[in-house]
Amino acid sequence: MSLLELHGVSRSFGALRALSDIDLTVEPGELRAVIGPNGAGKTTLFNLISGFFPPSAGRILFEGREITGEQPARLVARGIIRTFQITEIFPDLTVYENLRLAVEAAMGLTFRPFLGAAGRRAVARRAEELLEAVHLADKADRVASELAHGDQRIVEMGITLSREPRLLLLDEPTAGMGEEETEHMVGIIRRLNRERGITMLFIEHDMDIIFGVADRITVLENGTLLAEGNAAEIAANEAVQAAYLGSRR
Amino acid sequence: MSVETETRERTRAGSSLPAWSGERLRFAIFAAVLLLAPVWLPLIGSYTDLGTRVLVYALAAMGLNLLLGFTGGLSFGHAAYFGLGAYGTGLMLRYVGPNMWLAVAAGVLLGGFAATLVGPVVMRRRGIYFAMITIAIGQMFYFIAVRWNNFTGGEDGLTGFQREPLALPGGSVTLTGPHFYYFVLFFFAVGVFLLWRVLNSPLGHAMVGARENSRRLEFLGIRVERLTWISFAISGFVTALAGSMNALLNNFTSPLDLYWQLSGYFVIICVLGGMRNFWGPFVGAAIYVIMQDYASTMTKNWLSVIGVMFMLVVLFFPRGLLGVLARRRSG
Ligand SMILES: Nc1ncnc2c1ncn2[C@@H]1O[C@H](COP(=O)(O)OP(=O)(O)OP(=O)(O)O)[C@@H](O)[C@H]1O
Ligand SMILES: [Mg+2]
Repeated sequence: MSLLELHGVSRSFGALRALSDIDLTVEPGELRAVIGPNGAGKTTLFNLISGFFPPSAGRILFEGREITGEQPARLVARGIIRTFQITEIFPDLTVYENLRLAVEAAMGLTFRPFLGAAGRRAVARRAEELLEAVHLADKADRVASELAHGDQRIVEMGITLSREPRLLLLDEPTAGMGEEETEHMVGIIRRLNRERGITMLFIEHDMDIIFGVADRITVLENGTLLAEGNAAEIAANEAVQAAYLGSRR
Repeated sequence: MSVETETRERTRAGSSLPAWSGERLRFAIFAAVLLLAPVWLPLIGSYTDLGTRVLVYALAAMGLNLLLGFTGGLSFGHAAYFGLGAYGTGLMLRYVGPNMWLAVAAGVLLGGFAATLVGPVVMRRRGIYFAMITIAIGQMFYFIAVRWNNFTGGEDGLTGFQREPLALPGGSVTLTGPHFYYFVLFFFAVGVFLLWRVLNSPLGHAMVGARENSRRLEFLGIRVERLTWISFAISGFVTALAGSMNALLNNFTSPLDLYWQLSGYFVIICVLGGMRNFWGPFVGAAIYVIMQDYASTMTKNWLSVIGVMFMLVVLFFPRGLLGVLARRRSG
């Protein structure tokens, strides 16, 4: 069974058709890049899958079940987790405190009046695990806002992982990063995919990353699905070359 | 798992007070200073009631600060819960009976439940709108106290009650001088312990998260409104406890204890001492009360002195006085 299926999904904003008639299938364990020029509808696609707004038409299925129109909170509970184009973290907390808060929320402890020593240990263990997963253990006690931009994005990745995602949607995870930071982030994405088997969709503009990391690539342009395939197929696709590569910034 | 990770896990997993050095030692010294205040205050030419007043204002401001500094809710109406705490205690002593425990409970419950009921009205607002609605609701309680003349004493305030002997298992104790100080210190400790427990629980962590990035917190599945409500309620209970102590300290309570101006002073106290710091409002309260005591004997304009200090702190130490010290130490 496919993990995610979109059938004829469209979304309009007034007169603007941000996405029209998209068919898309993502298999479990896949690492999929979503590319396309600015305004192509990539973020809109993520907003639809994560339930930030419903499609104007079409159906979305997750693990074979229809999820069209479900609220974000419900989808989060199902394991569909996303990051945002802007970094969303808790700036004045340390890296560890960021992750601890996420873990406590994920474990549903926030509104429990008492948390015993055992509960506390479980939280700490899980938070430490996340620190290791995103390679931030050495920066655990640093205040998040004082980290480099790239590390802040990685903190956000850690927060995202607190929920045990089954499908992770990353909106431009390497945007604004230097070379070294980008490499770090890409390494983490690859490891989470290979070692933990997390299925991921990521929006990306950098061709080296796209071709180097993704199993498959989906190309959007002007709200339509222009092409889909593996790196070689996309690189050889004339429509993509004309429409996307030609108009690259 | 490396040794280093294990150590970190242990300190993090336990209380937020690591090891016996640093923080724990400072806390022990601080506790000793408070416990011995009736001894050393007279030695430096001061008096015990001044220490009591510091505790009262510190507790009120620390209660407010759960909301203000740790949840990010700018309440300009917290005097209402302070005043209700005071009236609850005074009315109980005057009309019902001379039981100190019941009197304190009446104040705490009156102020605390008022805050709990007000919570849903304010919890959806943010920033300046939060400030405005909290002032408006606070003023409502003020007008009730002023208008309900024959019950509350109206503008003249509530008199006709006084501290009664405290019933303890071993007999009863007269609450004068140091005895009353320890009575207040006990309730101060109870209130502060409650705040400390909340802030070191998942609930408190989430409150700080709401202050830092409420959008992010919502995406983690936490309802920020509910969190704000709980913070407002707990904050109200603690501030009401302080108000109850204030009524007993003065054997009197006035509508000004509910007035928006006092709410403003509570905010100033928090900012002065540092609202990101647990003990910040304590430092602010100590400065405020001492200034009120000394500067008011020299100049009628002691409030201007506080005002100038407030401006200097906001301009040069935006994290407050204790915030500056904390930063020095860690950085
Ligand atoms: N909430 C919205 N209301 C109105 N129009 C929107 C909304 N969200 C997106 N759009 C419009 O839909 C189109 C696609 O936007 P989208 O954000 O999906 O593009 P994108 O591919 O993510 O672009 P970028 O690479 O710049 O992030 C744009 O024309 C955009 O202005
Ligand atoms: Mg986008």
